[in-house]
Amino acid sequence: MALSELFTDYTLRTVALGSIFLGIVSGTLGTYAVLRKQSLIGDMVSHAALPGICLSFLIIGSKNTEWLLLGAFLAGWIATIIINIIHTHSKIKYDSALGTVLAVFFGFGLVLLTYIQKIPNANQAGLENFLFGQVSTILQRDVIFMGIVAVFTILPVILFWKEFKLLSFDHDFAAIIGFSTNKLDLLLTTLMVIAVIAGLQSVGVVLMSAMLIAPAVSARQWTDKLSVMIVLSSIFGAVSGVVGTLISSSIPKMPTGPIIVVVVTIIAFISMLFAPNRGLIWKKVRDYYNKKELSTHMVLNNLYILAKNHEDPFHPHDLETICLYNNGLRLSKRMMKKELNKLKISGLAKEYEEGNWAITPEGFKKMEEIHFEGGGDME
Amino acid sequence: MKNYVVNVNDMTVVYHKKPVLWDIDLQIPSGILMAIVGPNGAGKSTLIKAMLGLVKPVTGKVTFWGESYESQRKRIGYVPQRGSVDWDFPTDVLDVVTMGTYGQLGWIKRPGEKERELAIQAIEKVDMLPFANRQISQLSGGQQQRVFLARALVQDADIYFMDEPFQGVDAKTEKAIIKLLEELKNRGKTVVVVHHDLQTVPEYFDWVTLLNRVVIESGPVEKVFTDENLRKTYRSTSENLYRKRDVM
Repeated sequence: MALSELFTDYTLRTVALGSIFLGIVSGTLGTYAVLRKQSLIGDMVSHAALPGICLSFLIIGSKNTEWLLLGAFLAGWIATIIINIIHTHSKIKYDSALGTVLAVFFGFGLVLLTYIQKIPNANQAGLENFLFGQVSTILQRDVIFMGIVAVFTILPVILFWKEFKLLSFDHDFAAIIGFSTNKLDLLLTTLMVIAVIAGLQSVGVVLMSAMLIAPAVSARQWTDKLSVMIVLSSIFGAVSGVVGTLISSSIPKMPTGPIIVVVVTIIAFISMLFAPNRGLIWKKVRDYYNKKELSTHMVLNNLYILAKNHEDPFHPHDLETICLYNNGLRLSKRMMKKELNKLKISGLAKEYEEGNWAITPEGFKKMEEIHFEGGGDME
Repeated sequence: MKNYVVNVNDMTVVYHKKPVLWDIDLQIPSGILMAIVGPNGAGKSTLIKAMLGLVKPVTGKVTFWGESYESQRKRIGYVPQRGSVDWDFPTDVLDVVTMGTYGQLGWIKRPGEKERELAIQAIEKVDMLPFANRQISQLSGGQQQRVFLARALVQDADIYFMDEPFQGVDAKTEKAIIKLLEELKNRGKTVVVVHHDLQTVPEYFDWVTLLNRVVIESGPVEKVFTDENLRKTYRSTSENLYRKRDVM
């Protein structure tokens, strides 16, 4: 499949556009889920949505996406409310309440799904696609619907930008300066539920939570700014959505959800490893250079101590003697020599015969400055 | 002294059926620097939170200048415990301090140049100007505390509630904070501080409330902060423990 088909093939274009909307919505609201440490809410809502989809089908008898998703939304939303009630009115912890409600709702959903599949009605086929998502079922009107959903979820985020930021950072302070945190909580949670529901058709109930969390976690690695994080998270979500759909639609009978999730996981993996500042590799590299710099400094410090304790400050000493002083880094003699050579190049140490070394007047002066001119104050 | 800012009447707070604060009666006069002192679990933070409506008391009434808390919000400043927020949140010092203006701004309206200016001034007051654009996760404990103080200063309130502002800060920050509190007092503000270090109470504060589930005593430091009262405050914890053990 060529990339150009994305722009010419009608079905593909529809699907890609839907994925972009999905990426933006889940990327944005997922950022708040991650920052509010409610990462599991996506998992819970998506699983809890299943009975809603089934009931909606049973009651209305149609497979119109709008109706099915409305059922999903109601079920997910009710589940969220139930968790909050359990959490505030009992000693049960939030995650325990969440796990219980998830299991109960999803179990009930599976029962209903099995029941529906046994009804001799040709119309029911395809409902199980909601488990792992199936992009081929998306029609143009679904995409328009998704677009509308995107507008109505992003708009409140822009409108209540400062309120949501404050709520996520410091809930108590928000309440004290007069913002109704109950209302804000409810609004933000409702938006999160909508974001999860929006992805059910293409990603499916089982894996939708990854779509909410992984883009946001990846985005956090690259930036320290909330606005940038949300934009990046949306881009990551959209990219994995499009790439995932492209791959899944080029392989017959391949559910879309798992592929999208694999793509988004790769993005998260790369971000965790390679992002500057927060990435693991970056940290390792920085540690390495810090250690190196520290060892050079330490060797010079050892020379300085020797100089201070000797009548002739510039009297050379052999490696063993230099090693005697604080050697917390456990430098080998070979490393020691390497560091000494580095000091020699910068003119802070001097090599004498038989591998003896001494500090130079420059090195001595530098150490005096560090020791006596407020070097202790970090800032 | 009729000039009370806060009046707490018969307030009882219960957490999961266990009473945390019993029948609290407390008057806070205007223009004082008050410490709330008591052993761990005495309900010091809860007292502040209940006064500010963060925790709902089962009984009792709190008034600020004789009015309800809701109507006086804009005159009340708050410094939460440093550990109550996630310092890895993606934001910088200036942004956090600007949050102090959100209450005045109200819903939806965004902070503008004026709010930025106010925030910068407050940051300067706490000696953090060189760090204004720093990501908050890169601050030391003392610096985090200063950021919270600056945010409260921006609120430009008449009474400030501070929950353990000296917890885990370096000596330099502690001095800076106390200087700031005195300055607030001199400007006629009232400051209420949850405090842990008994030794510094007479030096830092002029008013003290000794608390251990109930108010043991409240008043000027020189009158109230006596060995006898302290013994009462700290002894009753062990008494409570013994009583519990008897029940078990």
